[in-house]
Amino acid sequence: MISNTKKIKNKLAKRYAKEKRFQIYGLSAIAISIAFLLSLLINISTTGFPAFQQTYINIDVDIDSKLLNLDGKYSEKALFSANYRKVVNQSLKTLFPSVNGRKQKKALRQLISKSARYQLRDFVINNPDVIDTKQSLWFLARDDVDVFMKGGIDRSLPESDRRLKNFQLAWIDKLLAENRLEKRFNINFFTQGDSREPEQAGIKGAMIGSFLTMLVTMFLSFPIGVSAAIYLEEFAPKNNRWVDIIEININNLAAVPSIVFGLLGLAVFIGFFGIPRSIPLIGGLVLTLMTLPTIIITSRAALKAVSPSIREAALGLGASRVQTTFHHVVPAAMPGILTGTIIGMAQALGETAPLLMIGMVAFIADVPQSIADPSTVLPVQIYLWSDSPERAFTERTSAAIMVLLGLLIVMNLLAVIMRRKFEKKR
Amino acid sequence: MTFGAILTALMALLLLGYYTGRKRSISLSDKSNQRLHSLPQHYGYLIAFWSGAPALLILLFWSVLESSVINAAIVAQLPAQLQQLSADEVELFINEIINLSYSNVAIGDDVKRHAALYYNELIEFSNWVKSTVVFILAFIGMFVALAFVKPEMKARNLVERLIRWAMIGCTSIAVLTTIGIIFSVIFESIIFFKTVNVFDFLFGTHWSPQEAIREDQVGGSGSFGALPLFVGTLLISFIALVIAVPLGLMSAIYLSEYSSSRFRLFAKPVLEILAGIPTVVYGFFAAITVAPFIRDLGESLGLSLSSESALAAGIVMGVMIIPFVSSLSDDVISAVPQSMRDGSYAMGATKSETIKQVIIPAALPGIVSGVLLAASRAIGETMIVVMAAGLSANLTFNPLEAVTTVTVQMVALLTGDQEFDSTKTLAAFALGLGLFLTTLVLNIISLYVVRKYREQYD
Repeated sequence: MISNTKKIKNKLAKRYAKEKRFQIYGLSAIAISIAFLLSLLINISTTGFPAFQQTYINIDVDIDSKLLNLDGKYSEKALFSANYRKVVNQSLKTLFPSVNGRKQKKALRQLISKSARYQLRDFVINNPDVIDTKQSLWFLARDDVDVFMKGGIDRSLPESDRRLKNFQLAWIDKLLAENRLEKRFNINFFTQGDSREPEQAGIKGAMIGSFLTMLVTMFLSFPIGVSAAIYLEEFAPKNNRWVDIIEININNLAAVPSIVFGLLGLAVFIGFFGIPRSIPLIGGLVLTLMTLPTIIITSRAALKAVSPSIREAALGLGASRVQTTFHHVVPAAMPGILTGTIIGMAQALGETAPLLMIGMVAFIADVPQSIADPSTVLPVQIYLWSDSPERAFTERTSAAIMVLLGLLIVMNLLAVIMRRKFEKKR
Repeated sequence: MTFGAILTALMALLLLGYYTGRKRSISLSDKSNQRLHSLPQHYGYLIAFWSGAPALLILLFWSVLESSVINAAIVAQLPAQLQQLSADEVELFINEIINLSYSNVAIGDDVKRHAALYYNELIEFSNWVKSTVVFILAFIGMFVALAFVKPEMKARNLVERLIRWAMIGCTSIAVLTTIGIIFSVIFESIIFFKTVNVFDFLFGTHWSPQEAIREDQVGGSGSFGALPLFVGTLLISFIALVIAVPLGLMSAIYLSEYSSSRFRLFAKPVLEILAGIPTVVYGFFAAITVAPFIRDLGESLGLSLSSESALAAGIVMGVMIIPFVSSLSDDVISAVPQSMRDGSYAMGATKSETIKQVIIPAALPGIVSGVLLAASRAIGETMIVVMAAGLSANLTFNPLEAVTTVTVQMVALLTGDQEFDSTKTLAAFALGLGLFLTTLVLNIISLYVVRKYREQYD
C-alpha cells in the first residue's frame, strides 16, 4: 500500500506542470493581444505610407492662344473660361505622336489627373505672358499611374488582370526613360479637401472640420462638465435621493452606445430645434453630450483627491465655500481635471457613429470656414474613403488613419505628462 | 448685425458692466463712509450678470425661433395654390427661396424672386429688431442693477447663489440628456408602432425596410421583422466575448499574479492602447485585412465563406473589448486580500490552484460585471460592424455567413436622403430604443452586481 505522502509526491509533478501551463496561458493571452495590436499598426502604416508620396508627370505644354480659343482677348474672364483641356491633350499627343484609335487616345488623356487643366488655368492667369510659349510643367499623375509607380501593379500578371494595359506600360516606360515621372512628397494630401479623384483628395477639409467640431465640444463640455463635477463633489447635499439618482444616471450615460447619442441629436437638435445637418456646430453638440460623463467622472475623482486639509484651512481663515472651492480646491485639482478632459476629447476626436446619424457623411469638397458650414470630420472621412474601391483610396484611408492615430497619441502623451506633473507636485 | 457680432458686442458690454459695478461700489462706500459688505468685484460680477444674462437669453430664443417665424410669414404671402402644397413641398420651395436670396436674385421665376426679396427684407428687419432689443435689454439690466448697488448690499451672497444655481443647471444637463434620449426614442417608436405591430417587429423574421414606391411593386414590401437583426447582433457579440473573455481574463490574472512589476508597467498601458484606437480604424482593419484573411483561410480548409462573415467582425470586436475585461478584472483580482492567498498557500496549493479555486471565486462578481459591461459595449458597437459585417438580414447562427446587426441597420436607415418621419427613419428609432434598453439593463445589472458584492472582504 502506498502512503499518502507518496501519493501526493507522485501527483506533484503533474501539478507543477499544470502550474507552468497556466502561466504560459496567461503570457500567451497578453502576447496575442499585443501581436494583434502590432499587426494592426504595421498593416496600416505599410499600406498608408506610400500615400505620403505622389507621382507627377512632366509635360512640355505649348500654350497656344488659338487652341485656348482666346480670340485675342486677354481679360481675366476670357482667360478663366479658355479651353485648357484641349491644350493639355494636344501636348500629350505631341509627346506620343504614334497614338491613334479612340480607345488609346482616351487612355492617353487618362495618364494625367483631371486637375491638370485647372492647374494650367491658374498658372496662365497668374503669368499671362506665358501664352504662345512652350512651358515644361509638372502635373499630377492619375491614380493608376501613381499606384504603378509605387509598385502596386504587378507587371507579370496577364494583361487582362491588370489595371494598366501593355501599351500604357510602354508609355510609362518612355516617360521614365525621359525622366518625366517623379515621386514627390504628397503636399496635396494636407492642403486639399475631399475629391472623387484619388490623386486630388486630401484631408484638409476633414481636419478643419474635426478642429471646429472639437472647438465646439471643448468650449461646451469643459465648463459644463467641470461645473457639474464641482457641484456634485463639493456642494451637493450628501445622502440626498436626487443626487444619488443623478450619480447613477451619469454612470449609466457613460455606458450608453455612442450611436444612441446620434439619435438624440437627430431628434432633438435637428428635428426639434431645426439646426441644419452636417455642420460642426451640431457635431460638437452631440459629442459634448457624449463626453460629459467622462469629464464629470474624471473631474470628480481629481477633486476627491484634493486633501481635505486645504479645504479646512481656507474655511478656517473665513473664506466662503464658493471661495474655498474656486480659489483653492479647483486649482489644486486642475491637472487631474485637464487630464480627464483631454481623454474625453481624444474619445470625441475618434468618434464616428453618432456623426453618421446627423448627416456629417455627405461628400463635401470645400474646406469649411466656420462652425456653420457643412463639413465632415477625420474619422468619417476615413469611413467614406474606405468604401471606395480604388487602390489609391485604400492607401489614402490608411494614411488618414495614421494622421488620426498620430493626433490621438499626441493628446494622450499630453495627458500622461500632465498626470506625471500632478503626481510630482503632491 | 450677425449673431457673432451681437455676441461680441454683448461680451464687451458685460466687461463694461463689471468695471462700472466695481467702480460704483467703491465710490459709494467712499462717499457714504460706509464699509462695503462684499469685495468690490462681487458688485462687478452682479452688474455684469444682469447686463448679460437677460439679453443673452432673448438673443438665443430669438435666433432659435427666427427661421420658423420667417418661413411662416413667407408661406402666408405666397399665392393660394402654392399654399395648398404638402408640407414637404413647401419646405423644398422655401429652401429654393433661401438659396435664391443668398445668390443673385436676378434668376428664377417671378413668384420665387418676389419671395426671395421678401425673405431678405424679413431677415434684415429681424436682425435689426433683434440687435436693438438685445442692446436695450442689456442697458436696462445694467442701469437697474447699478441703481440697486448700496454698500450694505450682500453682493457676495447673491453672486454665490447665482454660481450655485449655474452649477445645478450644468449638472442637470446630464439628467436632461438621459430624459432627451428616452423621450426622443420613445416618441418616434410610438409613431412607428402605430404602423407596424410590436410583435411583428420583435418576432418577425423578414427584414426589408425598402418601402414600395408604387402600389404593385414587387419586392420592397417594407416589412420590419427585426429578429434577424437581434440574432445577428447576438451572434457577433457572442463571438467577440468568446475572444475577449479568455484573453482578457488570462491577461489580467497574469499581470496581477505572475508578472514582474516592470513587465506590468509595460504591458498594461499597451493593452489599454487597444481601447483607445478609434473604432473606425478597427472597422477598416477588419474589412481590408482580417476578413480577406479569414476567407482565404476558410477556402484553404475547403469552407465557403462570405467576405463579410460574422467571424471577422466578431474577432476584431473581441480584440477591441479585451481591455474592458482585463482592466476591470485586474482591479477586482488585485482587491482580493492577500490573507486569502496566504491561507491557500499554507494549505499547500500551487499558485494556479489558488487562483482557480480561491481568487477567481472571490473576484467573480467583479469579473461578471466587467464581462457584462464588455457585452453592452459589443452590442452597441457600430463602426466595426458597419464596415465589416453585411447589410442583408440573414437569420442564422452560422458564424461563417454574413449577418447584419441592429446598429448596422440604424446607420443604413438614417444615412440615406429621406424625410424625417418616414417609416424607415422611425424604424431606426425603434431599433435605437431596443438598443438603449438592452445596454441599460446590462449596465444596471453590472452596477448592481458590483455594489452588492464589492465590500465582501474588506
